[in-house]
Amino acid sequence: MTNLRWKLITVIAVTVIFAAVGVYPIVAARYGITQPTWLTDKMIKLGLDLKGGVHLVLRVQTDDALRIESEGEMERLRQTLQTAGVNVTGLSLVDPTAFKVEGIKPDQDGAFRNAANEVSTNFERDSGVNGTYTFTMKPNVQVSLREEAVTQARQTIERRVNELGVAEPSIAQQGQNNDQILVQLPGVTDVNRAKEIIRSTGLLELKIVEQGPSASKDTLMVNGQVPDGMEIVPGTGGTPGDNGGTLYYLVRKAAAVTGRDLRSARPSLDENNRPAVSFTLSSEGAAKFGKVTGENIGRDLAIILDGKVQSAPRIDGRITSDGRISGSFTQEEVQNLSLILRSGSLPATLTYLEEQTIGPSLGADSIRDGVLASLVGLLLIIAAMLFYYRASGVNAVVALVLNLIILLGLMAYAGAVMTLPGIAGFVLTMGIGVDSNVLIFERIKEELDAQRGVRAAINSSFSRVFLTLLDTHIAALISAAFLFNFGTGPIRGFALTLTIGLISNLFTATFVSKTLFELVLSRHHRQVATLSI
Amino acid sequence: MHIFKNADYNFLRWRWHAVGLSWAVIIAGLVVMYTKGIPRSIEFAGGTSTVIQFEKPVTIEQVRSALDKSFKESVIQSFGNTSQNQVLIRVPQSGAETGDALSQTKNAITTSLQQANLGKFDVVRTQIVSPTVGRELTTKGTWATVLSLAGILLYIAFRYQMSFGVGAVVATIHDLLVTLAFLAFFRYELSLNVIAAILTVTGYSTNDTIVIFDRVRENLRGMRRDGLNHVINVSINQTLGRTVLTAGLTLLSVIALFLFGGEVLRGFAFTMIVGVITGTYSSVFVAAAIVTFWRGSGPTKAAAHAPATALPAGGQQQPSRAAQQPTRPVQQPTRKQKPQRKAKAS
Repeated sequence: MTNLRWKLITVIAVTVIFAAVGVYPIVAARYGITQPTWLTDKMIKLGLDLKGGVHLVLRVQTDDALRIESEGEMERLRQTLQTAGVNVTGLSLVDPTAFKVEGIKPDQDGAFRNAANEVSTNFERDSGVNGTYTFTMKPNVQVSLREEAVTQARQTIERRVNELGVAEPSIAQQGQNNDQILVQLPGVTDVNRAKEIIRSTGLLELKIVEQGPSASKDTLMVNGQVPDGMEIVPGTGGTPGDNGGTLYYLVRKAAAVTGRDLRSARPSLDENNRPAVSFTLSSEGAAKFGKVTGENIGRDLAIILDGKVQSAPRIDGRITSDGRISGSFTQEEVQNLSLILRSGSLPATLTYLEEQTIGPSLGADSIRDGVLASLVGLLLIIAAMLFYYRASGVNAVVALVLNLIILLGLMAYAGAVMTLPGIAGFVLTMGIGVDSNVLIFERIKEELDAQRGVRAAINSSFSRVFLTLLDTHIAALISAAFLFNFGTGPIRGFALTLTIGLISNLFTATFVSKTLFELVLSRHHRQVATLSI
Repeated sequence: MHIFKNADYNFLRWRWHAVGLSWAVIIAGLVVMYTKGIPRSIEFAGGTSTVIQFEKPVTIEQVRSALDKSFKESVIQSFGNTSQNQVLIRVPQSGAETGDALSQTKNAITTSLQQANLGKFDVVRTQIVSPTVGRELTTKGTWATVLSLAGILLYIAFRYQMSFGVGAVVATIHDLLVTLAFLAFFRYELSLNVIAAILTVTGYSTNDTIVIFDRVRENLRGMRRDGLNHVINVSINQTLGRTVLTAGLTLLSVIALFLFGGEVLRGFAFTMIVGVITGTYSSVFVAAAIVTFWRGSGPTKAAAHAPATALPAGGQQQPSRAAQQPTRPVQQPTRKQKPQRKAKAS
């Protein structure tokens, strides 16, 4: 008797706890009852397909990060060779991971080798014919650079999304090479702004202008070539009203400061009251900037954003910590730009692989359909069980309902997200879950047919079928695990629902159902002769 | 109440007919897949798909003529409840992979619709997928299926024995092929949801098979003088009520999903309906037949040196769990000492 009492207490406690965590918040939210925050925090969240929002998948072009590294190394070598007085006819990038040096005279080979020893150990040096050398990035460095680029890109996107103020965004790495980033923004409907902000490289560079602006590239070149250590950068079109073609600037390749030296950026107005972005440099950046501006008073400073000169103001004096980017910006562009600058630049360009927008009305329709299907399924199964198993059917129905309550409660506890396929998993759990009861009840019938007592029939059926159930549930869990591994977002929701449903079903179909039978039997003090099954 | 009172059907007698029927369905499915292709959803094929809700009712023809100029191979169909005036438009190309070009096609669709004067409309859902995504999904989906089958094979081989594992896995592969065949017959798209349903069918079908195998294992202990065919037949008959009832109840829930679950889940529900039916059929007709092909169908008397703990048909003497322990070694010898093959249909 005491054994049974403890079992009953367990069943009731489990019911109450899971109902409080899983079911009560939903019901309360539906009828607008206020509830403590520790409960609402745990409430089952709706997935993007039910709530509406934006779903984006981007690929990080990790080649970019490699190219930047190789280019940087190549430029450093160029500087070293210049100071060492080694003449070469060409220094060029072969592919994102390699660059080559051409035309080293035999008598300077030793000097070149000395200079080249300063090239970072990340590169492998191979000598070719006619004074040619190729520097190739080591494979392990390539791998770690690629990984770093994706991680940095993810972190940058996270910062940007947080700045956007989206509630409960989800940002994750995925894909075969793990180079894709999944971004889910529930409730966001302005896809274009979100996409623009996420994808902007946001690379800010301040460089000293050597010559320009000029309407054609040719006038900036010396003997038809861009001078060493310089580069030509296009402008965005100059001042508003000036509708002429693109203007070009010849600037020093080495940037005075970059976006990495920024401490903050905020929208402001320039001297003509047009929207602009003001920025403050970090102390280290300010020192660098002060030195460069101090040495170049009277020259122009190009403010380059993502490879385009936004403006090129004259340096009137030594500037240290504060600066301003002005150009032909709208108020909204200024807002977005300061957000992007604050969150840092992306290490590589991003391309969109997938875009999905779900309107809130479609989500609401899906919820309504899903709930309707669940209720109809539940009622059909309850009716069938009561019809076929009579009084014992009640037992199965209690176990089934408790299974669903535990499922909801565990999902809420695990912080699971309810998706449309998740609802399907819910419906399926009812169908497959009730199978355990059927298995046990059919066994009890067989045992009763074999002329055994009710009590013995129930006991032996439960203990025998438990092993079968264990096998079937583990097999089902194996396929659910691979499903979880395969899927993203909604499919994972489905796999998770199925998994939790299977585990809680093992508890309700055996422990709860058996306890209920024992409860019924305990009411009869004499031997029970019949069982309504 | 009993669905089957003292059922005594000779299921194994029908196994050759079953094999014929299964092959017929699978081959027909493969032919349809080969000639007409498998329709693939946007997640797999790439492209642009939008759901547009019009303020006023529009016909599919109106939408089609509005789009015909710019989009040749578009699929246009009504979506969801007809009273909501929702139309699904799907265009194969997704624009270039780079940059913002991904949404070019979508913008072109809305512009064409605006020019056609079909009244106000709302874009309820957009889905744009570049073609590279699909390839990755196909590989991942295939691996998930293969690995989950391998996992199930290993588990059953460990808990029962190899022939049972092979039986269960062959039956499951059979179900996957039949499900794919029906998807091809009814031209349902292979989408992420459908793949999820297919993987669920894998679990369901194994589940069903295990219940029968479990009973075969139990009966093998009590019916050592009977042929394997007979033992299997008896086991299938004993569990027949449960098999049919479970299939029926699961069908009830997936049919509810098919009828009321909305447009998005229809493919999922259809796959599950086919999967549950074929899963039940294969547990009865395919899985056990494979075991007899694998092991031969003679008497199982070699299993004799196990303690006689169980009697057929629920006549178990000791229901305690300790009695279940010596289960696995029981069948070991039969594998080594293959009994002579009897007539195909015993």
